[in-house]
Amino acid sequence: MKLNDLVCQTSEWLKGTGPNSEMVMSSRVRLARNLTEIPFAHRARRDKQLAVMSLVRPAIESTKILKTSFFVDLSELNSLDRQFLLERHLISHELAEGKGVRGVVIGEREMVSIMVNEEDHLRIQCIQSGLQLMDAWRLIDRIESELDAKLKFAFSRNWGYLTACPTNAGTGMRASVMLHLPSLVLTKQIGKVLQAITKLGLVARGLYGEGTEPSGNYFQISNQVTLGQSEEEIIDNIERVIKQIIGHEENARKALLGKGKRQLEDRVFRAYGILKNVRVIDSNETINLLSALRLGVDLGLTKDVSRRTLNELFIITQPAHLQKLHGKTLTPGQRDMKRAELIREKLSGK
Amino acid sequence: MLCEICGKSQATVHYTEIINNESSETHLCEDCARKKGAMLKPHFPLADLLSGLIDFNLPLTLEDKGRGKCPQCGLTYSDFKKIGRLGCGQCYDTFKESLAPLLKRVHGSNEHVGKSSALAGKAMQEATLQLRELQERLQKAIQREEFEEAARLRDRIREIEKKTRKSAASE
Repeated sequence: MKLNDLVCQTSEWLKGTGPNSEMVMSSRVRLARNLTEIPFAHRARRDKQLAVMSLVRPAIESTKILKTSFFVDLSELNSLDRQFLLERHLISHELAEGKGVRGVVIGEREMVSIMVNEEDHLRIQCIQSGLQLMDAWRLIDRIESELDAKLKFAFSRNWGYLTACPTNAGTGMRASVMLHLPSLVLTKQIGKVLQAITKLGLVARGLYGEGTEPSGNYFQISNQVTLGQSEEEIIDNIERVIKQIIGHEENARKALLGKGKRQLEDRVFRAYGILKNVRVIDSNETINLLSALRLGVDLGLTKDVSRRTLNELFIITQPAHLQKLHGKTLTPGQRDMKRAELIREKLSGK
Repeated sequence: MLCEICGKSQATVHYTEIINNESSETHLCEDCARKKGAMLKPHFPLADLLSGLIDFNLPLTLEDKGRGKCPQCGLTYSDFKKIGRLGCGQCYDTFKESLAPLLKRVHGSNEHVGKSSALAGKAMQEATLQLRELQERLQKAIQREEFEEAARLRDRIREIEKKTRKSAASE
């Protein structure tokens, strides 16, 4: 398997199934690990970075789950390919924009990926569809244990796994859930919900400051604390909070279906109408219209489109994906046209 | 819509700025946006939030200079204050006096309770087993009134306890 094969593949986490998938797009768990006695990636000279790579790659490739994985050398990629991996959530901004010896190991169906020489030597991540944090953790726990038997991780009894940034020390774990909360945004309750989240030691991302709507009503909620709580406690805590938010979103959806059903339908079918007929469209408008249509699909207002198709569109209408699909670089103007074409095609193909 | 700066290319980057409750919208093309720096920070790393907690950007105090250099990677505490990242695992030991209160502030805790590295677990298990055995021998020695042997065993137990405490604090 190679990077270009990913273009025609749909990642496992986009299939739109799993618990609470009508509001939870995906669950992600990542672990940060560093090798002992080698400086962290940002402080390691080239020979040390190479040493990390040569120690880590065989260890990763011999784990059960990553036997069939493939490796992508980031230092050999052009900016389009780096952007492409970023849009697929396989790598981070830091890895995409970084320098030096670095890469990513991508597992089957893109469920697991391991970044090497990002901020930490290893960033192991697992993404699954729907609310499945505990499952994602169990999978990643198994991989980590196999790696732990082969590599020597920097670990202290007091402070757990030692990471480049002290905000990750301890479990080195960040668990996050991507939520789609259009009704809480429409009913203007989202601010209150997000404020409550921070009081519970969680962070919401996808927001650009108070009072602004994030793109597509998607919110990523994750733990902030990594020291003093076990992995299971952290996940349990997030899942409880997520379930409450889901409950609020459900209530808001019911309220909208009750009093404002016509307005809601209008919103959904206008979005659907535009998407089916659009000729030029930018990513921002795309994401907002897809969000409105998704709400309609989730509420059963329309059965013509599957959640999977919407999730897929969410990913492949991004700039680098459009260009990879067309096999050449496109100007923003050309992209807006190609994007429109792709959306029409996908929505008519069902 | 055309870019507000060059007026030639299509505007594809749109952002809203809110200053003193007055919001203004800006529409730029990719090139101008990049030049203006509007695209440079698409995400806000958590590490940046640390700045509020680590007294970043304050002039260096004598105390900072006295905190020394990490023997493994050469990082100084003032480097850490500047970049918000430590240089290697050893740094945690080198700067433990400064890091302990920082970790406590960030996480509300100073004690890891999650998964343990098997290697660390094994070393700890061995020490525990050894201690248990020595303690049993000590009890027996006392019962048999072999006080010289008992004193020797007591010293060894103390030594192991001291070592594990130290490695717990510094590893």
